Amino acid sequence: MIRAALAGLGVAIAAAPLGCFVVWRRMAYFGDATAHAAILGVAISLTLSMSVFAGVLLVSLLMALTISTLSGRGYAMDTLLGVLAHSALAFGLVAVSFLSGIRIDLMAYLFGDILAVTPEDIAIIWGGALLVLILIGARWSALLTATLNSDLAYASGIDPKREQLVLTISLAIVVAVAIKVVGVLLIAAMLIIPAATARPFSRTPETMAVIAALIGGISALGGLKAAFHFDTPTGPTIVCLAAILFALSTVVSALRAPR
Amino acid sequence: MKLVDIRNLTVRLGGNTALRDVSFEISSGEIVTIVGPNGSGKSTLLRAIIGALKPTSGKVERADNLRIGYVPQRMHIDPTLPMTVGRFLGLPKRVGATKVSQALTQAGVPELATRQMSRLSGGQFQRVLLARALMNKPNLLILDEATQGLDQPGSAAFYRQIEDVRQQLGCAVLMVSHDLHVVMSASDRVICLNGHVCCEGEPEHVASAPEYRALFGEGTKGALALYRHHHSHSHDLPHDHNSQGKH
Repeated sequence: MIRAALAGLGVAIAAAPLGCFVVWRRMAYFGDATAHAAILGVAISLTLSMSVFAGVLLVSLLMALTISTLSGRGYAMDTLLGVLAHSALAFGLVAVSFLSGIRIDLMAYLFGDILAVTPEDIAIIWGGALLVLILIGARWSALLTATLNSDLAYASGIDPKREQLVLTISLAIVVAVAIKVVGVLLIAAMLIIPAATARPFSRTPETMAVIAALIGGISALGGLKAAFHFDTPTGPTIVCLAAILFALSTVVSALRAPR
Repeated sequence: MKLVDIRNLTVRLGGNTALRDVSFEISSGEIVTIVGPNGSGKSTLLRAIIGALKPTSGKVERADNLRIGYVPQRMHIDPTLPMTVGRFLGLPKRVGATKVSQALTQAGVPELATRQMSRLSGGQFQRVLLARALMNKPNLLILDEATQGLDQPGSAAFYRQIEDVRQQLGCAVLMVSHDLHVVMSASDRVICLNGHVCCEGEPEHVASAPEYRALFGEGTKGALALYRHHHSHSHDLPHDHNSQGKH
């Protein structure tokens, strides 16, 4: 139980600031596509009997890079992402089905299996989470400037494409470490919901990231407890709690600011 | 002293040649205005100068001590991104409250530091963009149709502000504008652009150049009113007041 809590907290803390950028830059579908590609990574790592983290990281990174590259070329992005996200998931599921020789709990990868994390998993999750936090923290101002306006970034000597790459890599890392906790189908939820919940209570980007991390952490711990209490699947329960917090925050902010 | 030296700049964008063989330079302290119809490559030229576009051929040489303050054409801040004016001025380099209020005062909006960017009016927003451009003490201020969306008194006030700023900082100003009236009265040099440099020189010279008249017509109201006495031009071209002066 403590291990599960540690794993959940690690993912929540790394996902929060990255999730803010996903929301600000309207990359929600981008996160989805990257996460869905992860199931293909699971299949590949099981076939080659390599670490699931490594396989997922690799495939997610490839997917994210493909999308970033294509997005600069004027494709209709929502269509393209829709195609890529779901075909990656479908190919992944089909690929997994070929692995008849290996017993594989598909549900564990789709919705996460936080109660099964090993100490080694926790080390990888926290390692990945810290790496993402350092990466985003070090480039925070440049990332923000590039998010606001790419020409403004160029004029300040910042290359927005490089900042996009930083986010892309961070996203792949978060997907890879979160797959055990919430599974590929719900990773995007852990990115977006805490950030969206934090928005009405934030006056600056920094407060939004911190509040999002708090909300993510509360959702992870509370969801874990609730799942234990009601005997429900853990990953979905965590996301449900986050969604409830989002609904509350929306209501509170609507009441606070009469128009 | 040359701040920016552009030589034979050609930029191709997606198969179209947006700029062809453009050469000019900007020296310290002068106000240069670029005029030209829509799609004439004005914004492309500015984007090449700030380094957002790579030249297909030719060169954009920047002085070593060049510090650009850039005011974009229009900027949309996503409503999901909370941003106070003070924080915005601290991007990408964080600055203290004193510097923030100094820059805001210079831009004519001293009281806005704690306001949310999303709550600003069009005129306030442009001035905050100007204030941000002033944060690094630029020696070249670049404005891309900065008064778009402002009404006439609003844009006139904005240009007066820029004039003040230039006098305080002594910086050069490069701007793209559709307000021909302002262009003609406030610039040291005007460059008339239509994919290439049609004509260039002092406002009076450009206003009377046949290339300029071919693009903007005869009756460019304000500009003409100011400079009518400088030249005697023919009045046999049809006056179409709807298509002139604006793009």
